[in-house]
Amino acid sequence: MATTWRSALSLYMLLLMVSRGLSLASDGNKIDEVNVTLTTLPIVSWKWEHVSEPYLVALWIIVCWLCKLIIEANHHVTNVIPESALLIGFGFILGGIVWGADLAQTFKLSQRTFFFFLLPQIILDTGYSMPNKLFFGNLGGILVYAIIGTCWNAASLALSLWGCQKGGAMGDLDIGFLQYLLFGSLIAAVDPVAVIAVFEQVHVNEVLFILVFGESLLNDGVTVVLFNVCDAFVTLGGSKINAVEIIKGIISFFVVAFGGSLLGFAFGILISLLTRCTKNIQIIEAGFVFILGYLSYLTAEMLSLSAILSIVFCGICCQKYINANMDESSVNTVRYAMKVFANGSETIIFVFLGISAIDKTIWVWNTGFILLTLFFILIYRFMGTFILTWILNRFRLVPIGLIDQVIISYGGLRGAVAYGLAVMLDETRIKEKNLMLCTTLIVVYFTVIIQGITMKPLVTWLNVKKASVSEDSLIEKVQNKVFDHMLVAIEDISGQIGHNYMRDKWNNFEDKWLSKLLLKPSVRKNRDNIFAVFHRLNLKDAMSYVAEGERKGSLEFIRNESAFIDFTKKFDDKFSEVMSDIMADTSSHYNRGSSMRRDPVPSVCLEVHEQAIKGMNGVEDSHHLLQQHLYKGRKQHLHRYSRSNFSVNTDENEVQEIFQRTMRRRLESFKSAKMGVAPPKKISKHTKKDQQQKKPNGNSADKCKSYHSGDEDFEFSEADSANGYDVPGSLPMRVTYRAGAGIENPTFMPDPDPTASMHIPPWLADTEVDSSIAAPSQRAQVRLPWTPSNLRRLAPLRLSTNSTDSFMLPEAPATQQRGNEQQPPSAPPPTKRHM
Amino acid sequence: MGSRASTLLREEEIEEIKKETGFSHSQITRLYSRFTSLDKGENGTLREDQVNFRGFMRTLAHFRPIEDNEKNKNPTASEPLNSRTNKLLFAFHLYDLDRDDKISRDELLQVLRMMVGVNISDEQLGSIADRTIQEADTNGDNSISFNEFIKVLEKVDVEQKMSIRFLH
Repeated sequence: MATTWRSALSLYMLLLMVSRGLSLASDGNKIDEVNVTLTTLPIVSWKWEHVSEPYLVALWIIVCWLCKLIIEANHHVTNVIPESALLIGFGFILGGIVWGADLAQTFKLSQRTFFFFLLPQIILDTGYSMPNKLFFGNLGGILVYAIIGTCWNAASLALSLWGCQKGGAMGDLDIGFLQYLLFGSLIAAVDPVAVIAVFEQVHVNEVLFILVFGESLLNDGVTVVLFNVCDAFVTLGGSKINAVEIIKGIISFFVVAFGGSLLGFAFGILISLLTRCTKNIQIIEAGFVFILGYLSYLTAEMLSLSAILSIVFCGICCQKYINANMDESSVNTVRYAMKVFANGSETIIFVFLGISAIDKTIWVWNTGFILLTLFFILIYRFMGTFILTWILNRFRLVPIGLIDQVIISYGGLRGAVAYGLAVMLDETRIKEKNLMLCTTLIVVYFTVIIQGITMKPLVTWLNVKKASVSEDSLIEKVQNKVFDHMLVAIEDISGQIGHNYMRDKWNNFEDKWLSKLLLKPSVRKNRDNIFAVFHRLNLKDAMSYVAEGERKGSLEFIRNESAFIDFTKKFDDKFSEVMSDIMADTSSHYNRGSSMRRDPVPSVCLEVHEQAIKGMNGVEDSHHLLQQHLYKGRKQHLHRYSRSNFSVNTDENEVQEIFQRTMRRRLESFKSAKMGVAPPKKISKHTKKDQQQKKPNGNSADKCKSYHSGDEDFEFSEADSANGYDVPGSLPMRVTYRAGAGIENPTFMPDPDPTASMHIPPWLADTEVDSSIAAPSQRAQVRLPWTPSNLRRLAPLRLSTNSTDSFMLPEAPATQQRGNEQQPPSAPPPTKRHM
Repeated sequence: MGSRASTLLREEEIEEIKKETGFSHSQITRLYSRFTSLDKGENGTLREDQVNFRGFMRTLAHFRPIEDNEKNKNPTASEPLNSRTNKLLFAFHLYDLDRDDKISRDELLQVLRMMVGVNISDEQLGSIADRTIQEADTNGDNSISFNEFIKVLEKVDVEQKMSIRFLH
């Protein structure tokens, strides 16, 4: 802790000096420009003006993120005060420093920076990670809150404030009714950034969250329209407003809202189509998502449609297809990069919200106005929510409870969007712009800080239903599907067109038409949820098994735990399903962000249940270790001087790979042994020498179609395999290990097309193996845990195309496990080639 | 059961159905007209399983949303048809076709086969079924009893997932 405070202090000193230096430098350079005469060659020169702009931007980003670092250093504080409030506080301090140095607020949150560079990525992130089923299931409620709620908020606030002004409660103000309407429209909108920031720490149940959150996103349509309409009215003056204008205003709402959404859908479809073709540029295919998302935002902005709606629907529409189409590492890239951008932007926004306040020139204080605004905002929010919910509950299947309504009302936080709009007010037309600006700031601070701090205790006190940890068990998945089908049937029987019927119709339409259009053909065949869950669970079993084995092995192999990266802390728990660790318990989260996630391949059900149960106590640690090991082996890319080629780290993690692969091979061999088919296995090892510029295997031979996966780990090329074999057809004693190489065992390969029979290099297999057949579970044998000593000897592995051969462990204990073996194990032959 | 007149709904019947299932009067009449329109053969039963109107209503009653006030009405009466347990029992019976109060592997396989796509082979499906039973089976008899079924689904929001709104 002390170190962080010291670093904080030094940081501020640095900042102080920088801002001093800036002003000095700018003065200095001006002088230079006047009399620039070079008398001698300068060895180095001070080129501040040259870099000032990007330098300042980068510097501010660093400062904001360092603030976040300091805040997150201590969880005790962040448990009580939400991070956003603390960031605003830091903003105050920083603003004070800059003010102290410059006597002017040189750095403010300009509306352009905010709306063009800071907001889009946050919204894109929310759209991309939006739970679609939940969102569309509650869309009715969300729309009611967003449209009617926001209009009510704006109108009621405007009327009340205007009434109070007439009543004289605010002193001597001269604000017309239209201007009040304008002010009402900009402050009425619930802000998505603030909602995310505050609700992130309180895990309320998902319906509640989606209602507040969806409202905060969709009300942008209303806000934009209201703001522009009122702005136009203010410009036109009160006299020109007649029925025509009002009707035009209403029409413009529909155009803006629907136009924005449609534009977003169009861009979403564009992205999906694009990812369908980016097989050959997997390196940058993740970038398309960001660029096209940003373009959708800007295009909507250009057409004066609702930009937020556009980018939200772009994200919503494309998420399913790009997740399926893109290679898994690209999907991971997109996911993680989105989080970085979104979180980073959010930090910057809050810090600057704080900084912008420290500016003497904008402060106008009018107690009555400010206090009344606060009061009315709260009151009308509660009133509006309760009335609308009462109406909604008559149409909802599951009514929204009273407590949930309280939270919805209390969660109506205002944020930076309101501030941005306030800055955009025109001073010439609205004389009291500064007052409005200050009021907006105060409202934002109040909601974010006060309401943010009290949200968590309120939720606990009111016993709000929390988010349930989603189970990933097969039976739940199956049962949910059964329910879905049941409901459609019942709706049909009872002759009503209900929600489920619509959903079913949409699913059918999507399966029939949209999938053909937007998904890669290879992907289309494999989208089955139940199977995906099954596959994940199997992998989880496998890993728990291996972990248990390791635990019983030599400790030398266990790494230091400190290298383990804990993701759950950094991201919202909602997103922790992406990042969470693998737990030992079979019925808990599975790391969806893992590299194995989307392998829709036929897999073998490992009968490791008993083993896993026995090993469950105290396996957790080894789980973490295991996860770390296994993933590091896959994901660490040694970045050489090549921007188009990632190669895998070939260090001890290789041994992990061998481990895994051996297990797979054994399963494969058992399966094929029973089936009487030649196992088409090959593990090739190449040292770094051989790993020259291997292209992503998308370009490798069609023969090795089964090797094709976007994962650069699996690098095969015909040439390489050719290297490994001199005598095709004969018993290949060679064992070559290629780092990152995989084998054809369908269990673990991220083969996008498991139903296609595996292409085996013709010199390897005598018979075709139908990879879609998975070994029946009874035959999946529990494997002996590999001890490290075993592993070393694993490198020279014997390979055999003889179907009756079984795989040997170079150790005797292995033989005990071979209950089902058809052949007794024999001693491993010496390795032929060991490169 | 020849003439149509005999299949028209009588008031006493409506009352009985109302008490048994909890539907309102208008809902019952509406569903009755639906029943008659489905009942092409005009013999008072739906063709396939010879379900008469009472059975029809009883089945549909399982899908009513759970209402809070029902819990307080009569603690001694048997549970209403749309209680959580009864809903789960209905779902259980979807699997358990031979009514032996156990979901065996074959029964599960049948349901799974109907629900997953064509891309999954029989062996894989068998593995999935095995694994599913493994997850739920606590007493090791390789089949899922009703209690195990309830236990394993305790986190699932059955009330919401197995209800539809019936129009008035």
